[in-house]
Amino acid sequence: MAFIKGLKCRECGREYPGDPLNVCDFCFGPLEVIYDYVTISEVIGHERIAEGPLSIWRYEDLLPASADDPVDIMAGYTPLMKAKNLGKRLGLNNLYIKNDSVNPSFSFKDRVVSVAATKAVEFGYETLACASTGNLACSVAAHAARAGVDAVVFIPADLERGKVIGAAVYNPTLVAVDGTYDEVNRLCSEISDNYHWAFVNINMRPYYAEGSKTLGYEVAEQLGWRIPDHVVVPSASGAMFTKIWKGFNELACLGLLDGVDPMPFGADQNTVHHPAVTTRMHMAQAAGCSPIVTAWENHRNQIRPVRPDSIAKSLAIGNPADGIYALRVIRESEGSGYAVPENQVVEGIKLLAETEGVFTETAGGVTVSTLKYLAETGAIGPDELTVAYITGNGLKTQEAVEEVVNPLVVKPMMGSFEAALESRVAAGV
Amino acid sequence: MARQRVRFTFSADMVREPIIYRLGHDFDVVTNIRRADVRADMGWVILELDGTDDEIQRGLTWVADSGVRVDPIAGDVIEG
Repeated sequence: MAFIKGLKCRECGREYPGDPLNVCDFCFGPLEVIYDYVTISEVIGHERIAEGPLSIWRYEDLLPASADDPVDIMAGYTPLMKAKNLGKRLGLNNLYIKNDSVNPSFSFKDRVVSVAATKAVEFGYETLACASTGNLACSVAAHAARAGVDAVVFIPADLERGKVIGAAVYNPTLVAVDGTYDEVNRLCSEISDNYHWAFVNINMRPYYAEGSKTLGYEVAEQLGWRIPDHVVVPSASGAMFTKIWKGFNELACLGLLDGVDPMPFGADQNTVHHPAVTTRMHMAQAAGCSPIVTAWENHRNQIRPVRPDSIAKSLAIGNPADGIYALRVIRESEGSGYAVPENQVVEGIKLLAETEGVFTETAGGVTVSTLKYLAETGAIGPDELTVAYITGNGLKTQEAVEEVVNPLVVKPMMGSFEAALESRVAAGV
Repeated sequence: MARQRVRFTFSADMVREPIIYRLGHDFDVVTNIRRADVRADMGWVILELDGTDDEIQRGLTWVADSGVRVDPIAGDVIEG
């Protein structure tokens, strides 16, 4: 069962019932889920979690929807790999990769959409919807298929066909909007006000975002109920960044981290910081769309929206909904932010693939290049426990690395093969 | 009648312009500010607009053409 008490405005603190709402009626601030942590602390434990399914739903007690009948395509419980080769290259002896690119629809979005879809069905919605340029569309369409409800997916009309296929195959209603990015944004916002649909990242957003906490829980569990000294996280809206931090703090407050005493959540459970949570949160954005990192670098408390111009499309949110809260997490955790130059995004993809056998999309390239920067500048010490989050699969952005295709072309004769091989060796490649 | 909730972001060179006054004065739109943070170098205002669909759209087009960014209050809803 879910131990949700309701929703609370992050700005003015007004409380609301646990309904499909995302904005405070009074100040238009964002709403967040609040939990009955007293009851949760009485039931939750390492054994209970271990007995749960091998998906995000093993953390049911800390999610806002019931796992009795979840919309579950088995999101989560993805590998945490010790990255010896990449670590050696970067001078990091204690580096791990959280490989979330192997989720069922090949990105971390399955975590958030599974929670949103479960909640939507619980509310009685018969249509799941989203506006997306890639990963979210695939995940919403897949979960709608699993739930047996309709899916409506809005995409910009000029989106490449390759990016649409991963969603279209689940047979949603695809709506290609012929307009600017801003016009698509505004239309979808209006539609969500006027149609009785569950827009996963609009009216379902408080529930949807909570799914990202499982990225924090899983890493802690996979490390033997410890948390890292550093994490490197790619950011678009900033929601995942704040939720990983929240996840670590929830575990600490509930006494689920080894050697850490529990602590009350206090008046504002969404900003609680347990002193034992010393993980430094490092944000990775691409230079072509880095509104949160730019605010951090300039010591500003406001986020200036930008027009995205980046090859890391899955991170291209120019006006990030949770930007201000993510900025606070960087500061509170004494972390940092780095805007990866666009020409280093692909280098990051290749570095991870060549060292660890993991093919990530452009967002992962941003993460790995940020990790490299942090290692080179000494922000991460050689023996500090570090986790880099890889949140999407490289098969989704193959066009970014087309240059790697450079085969030896030979005739079907041994001589031709050996000559080609020798010339490749002579060229030193 | 329609109602829209929007966020205006003002750059440094627009922050002193009476955009919201003119939106209410020159268009048949009622403006209702709910939250704001306006400083010398930038500012944002979250507000609700009441009017006909057409008039709200006409007003928002004018605001955007004036150089003020107009967004849904929930931020960008298109995700990757």
